[in-house]
Amino acid sequence: MTAPYEPVPVSVLGRPRRGVRTRNSAFKMVLLGCVSTGVVALAVLLAYVVTEGAPRLNLDLIQRFPSSLPGRAGARSAVFGTIWVIGLTAFFCLPVGLGAAVYLEEFADTNRWWNRLIEVNIQNLAAVPSIVYGILGLGFLVRGPGGLGPTVLAAALTLSLLVFPIVVIASREAIRAVPSSIRLGALALGATPWQAVRTQILPAAVPGIATGSILALSRAIGEAAPLLLVGGITFITFNPRGLDSAFTVLPIQIFNWVSRPQAEFKVLAAAASVVLVAILLAMNSVAIWLRNRYQRKW
Amino acid sequence: MTDLLVDRPTDGGPLRRPLGTRPPRWGERAVKALLFLCAMLSVATTFGIVVALLQPTVEFFGSVDPIDFFTGREWAPLFAPPRFGVLPLVTATIVVTVCALAVCMPLGLGAAIYLSEYASRRARSILKPTLEVLAGIPTVVYGFFALTFVTPQLQKIWFGNDPPEIFNALSAGLVMGIMILPTVASLAEDAMAAVPDSLRAGALALGSSRLQVSTRVVVPAALSGIVAAFVLAISRAIGETMIVLIAAGGTPNLTFDPTEAMQTMTAFIAAAGFGDQPTGSIGYKTIFAVGATLFVATFAMNLLSIRLVRKYREVYE
Repeated sequence: MTAPYEPVPVSVLGRPRRGVRTRNSAFKMVLLGCVSTGVVALAVLLAYVVTEGAPRLNLDLIQRFPSSLPGRAGARSAVFGTIWVIGLTAFFCLPVGLGAAVYLEEFADTNRWWNRLIEVNIQNLAAVPSIVYGILGLGFLVRGPGGLGPTVLAAALTLSLLVFPIVVIASREAIRAVPSSIRLGALALGATPWQAVRTQILPAAVPGIATGSILALSRAIGEAAPLLLVGGITFITFNPRGLDSAFTVLPIQIFNWVSRPQAEFKVLAAAASVVLVAILLAMNSVAIWLRNRYQRKW
Repeated sequence: MTDLLVDRPTDGGPLRRPLGTRPPRWGERAVKALLFLCAMLSVATTFGIVVALLQPTVEFFGSVDPIDFFTGREWAPLFAPPRFGVLPLVTATIVVTVCALAVCMPLGLGAAIYLSEYASRRARSILKPTLEVLAGIPTVVYGFFALTFVTPQLQKIWFGNDPPEIFNALSAGLVMGIMILPTVASLAEDAMAAVPDSLRAGALALGSSRLQVSTRVVVPAALSGIVAAFVLAISRAIGETMIVLIAAGGTPNLTFDPTEAMQTMTAFIAAAGFGDQPTGSIGYKTIFAVGATLFVATFAMNLLSIRLVRKYREVYE
């Protein structure tokens, strides 16, 4: 290790001196304070959103379409828009992300520069700000060469690119957790590399892959910034009817309501936030349950 | 093209020729090529981002002097005459980032030390997932929280004579710090977990207290990983959009006073993006010019962070 190591004076055997004990317990309290700040902030945030949104937390919220009259407004088109966009995102990015993970874990020779390039590139993409993906979507998919317009398809493709690196990283971890004895056993019995992957490794890695995919999609559900560039905050009072339909999603609907001056819209924003956070917590719980229930310890 | 697993023993021995001649397995090769294409999508994405940013940015700098862009003190792209000084957006980004880091660096590091060195297994198994939830809350919800809860609270408890405005960088930064906290804590904790126990045992055997083990052995040994976590936090803070868009306001403002309203680079991009600029107009191209500036800044941070993580992995794994 390069860091200078300061030799610690040997203390008297037995209980440490009083000053040392006080300093130690004070330090521990400070550390505990750091962790609790996070936990308390989470509790305050959840409590605040639920109490603010409580008056409008009912079925009307998801049964009514947005309206300029706060008393009659709901988030129906946003809920359906979210289902459309996220469903399509899963359809696009999960197979491709899994394929990339299988390639990197099972087929890629890491001594080759292009494989190392792919690896660093994926790590880097995972940390590119989401708004940059929005710019990519705006410049390539909505306008420019793609020319799709502000549609469900453009939104799903943009989000697919956004969560692709997350899916790859999670799936790679799941595949890596399968012990190599299984792979070598299959190969020794005459399986080709692809047969070993298809019949042995992937089935064993499914719980981990599912967990990672759910977490990646839950990231996509909460994402608003790139979709602001792709879809705008247009006033949508209908459910998506197809891939080329205009859309709104829950986070954008919340942003729309937050940015209006009337207080009633703030209540609606809080209520919609509760719905969004509840969906995400439910997805996280399913992911954790899946992991605990099906993941084998090798 | 050799099949790694069949032709070459995994212990790195010499290449063996397969027994007899094999017929080429076209299906295998097709699958491998297909999977390779999946992986190449990542490279294509990066390439796409660069191309998407580059062309309008070059056109933008054809009509606006880059020196004016990077040194100008006024940002008003849609006024007549337009002003293209990006400095107000950059300073706003810096102010918000500093506020966020002031929260997430000490708290994240403290939480990481606690989880890695002090917490019992049971406490860890409860605290870690709880902190992870914090990272999963959508950023719009954080923005809403900052604007309608944190700002009024700050105004209430403010002791100076100049309370924060309705839109201000301070509450956006504080809430953003809370949002990034779990990322810092989890990455820093990973780095500390990679420090071998023999170092801890050695220090304890020499009579160190736990405080000394944590601050003089574990933290210095995990330093590159901790710095990597901080660098990633900076990159996240620079790139965060919704919180600043909602809570920090929409007026470009060249100031370092966090209690004032200001517009960051990301907030400008988002606001200009949903403002429906006609394709090819100078207003449309500003999105890409500011986006390119943002992308270059975060890209450099990310590469630095990946480098640093490599470094501690090489040392201990």
